[in-house]
Amino acid sequence: MWKNDVSRYGLISIVLHWITALAVLGLFAVGFWMVDLTYYSQWYRTAPYWHKSIGILLAITICLRLAWRYFSPPPNAVTTHKRWEKQISSVVQGLLYIGMVTLFISGYLISTEDGRPISVFGWFDVPAAGTLFDNQADTAGLVHEYVAYSLIALTLLHGAAALKHHFVDKDNTLRRMFGRKP
Amino acid sequence: MKKLFLAASLAALMTLPAQAADYVIDTQGAHAFVQFKISHLGYSWLYGRFNTFSGDFSYDAAKLAESKIQLTIDTSSVDSNHAERDKHLRSADFLNVGKHPKATFVSTKVVEKDNNNFDLYGNLTLNGVTKEVVIAAEKTGEGKDPWGGYRAGFSGTTTLTLKDFAISMDLGPASATVQMELSVEGIRK
Repeated sequence: MWKNDVSRYGLISIVLHWITALAVLGLFAVGFWMVDLTYYSQWYRTAPYWHKSIGILLAITICLRLAWRYFSPPPNAVTTHKRWEKQISSVVQGLLYIGMVTLFISGYLISTEDGRPISVFGWFDVPAAGTLFDNQADTAGLVHEYVAYSLIALTLLHGAAALKHHFVDKDNTLRRMFGRKP
Repeated sequence: MKKLFLAASLAALMTLPAQAADYVIDTQGAHAFVQFKISHLGYSWLYGRFNTFSGDFSYDAAKLAESKIQLTIDTSSVDSNHAERDKHLRSADFLNVGKHPKATFVSTKVVEKDNNNFDLYGNLTLNGVTKEVVIAAEKTGEGKDPWGGYRAGFSGTTTLTLKDFAISMDLGPASATVQMELSVEGIRK
């Protein structure tokens, strides 16, 4: 029920997966929108605050997810998957993790260059490491921007592949991520 | 007699006003500041500065009108004590430092007002736009320093309209202009 077994996802992995999906899409949308807000917009301060707060919470979630993946490895691939499908999907999934971690680090580096902590909804502060290298905020900002676009492209590919399995191959790949039995 | 004459001429020489001389702005010892202040929402002043710049001037107290100054500012050194804001200030919304890494001021003429006050006219190039500006300037002091050099100091202010320099971000009606303040100490070359 909670843990993954050889053929199906447990509830914890499923919930972590969909929280991640929602957060990634939401963070991208807010990030894309908030950089062009006018100074007098009522969202000018709130949107970055939420973006940073949710980003930190997602970073914590991803740490938990990776730990959980270690304790409760994902089920085996659906038996009808071809070899190239398995290879590409594990590369894409690996890149999704790498992309997210890069975004957490680069986002953190933008906001903490001057030693200011990041407040997470006012619940707690993530302390700053200060300036770690020259042009930190600008460099980290560029990395954050390009990796975000890349991550969204990969996310779309990941989602499109799931839909392909569901509608074209008519296998259980997507259904499994909703807790259905294979 | 000869000795007396020598002593007298030496004394006369030393009491003469400073001759026209070239000075380098003391950025090495950081006795020079390019600062700005801009209203935040009309409620308070936000202060910032450019940390990296260089320049020199020539100055003659007797012939003030012949004085000159040129200053080059590294726009990416903008510092308002907030990393996220400074990143925004460097972006295309404000200073566009990727495209315009330098701002320059080159004086064109000096109009004396009274005592130590004068108007310094010159061309300011900022964000790729060159415009004539007038800096209301004041000589703050000059004299020998304790280490064998000679220094002269000036300060000046001018008000810039952001739109004039193609700075596109709209910060509201109270923040359409920024007050620049220049405070420099030159070491005679």
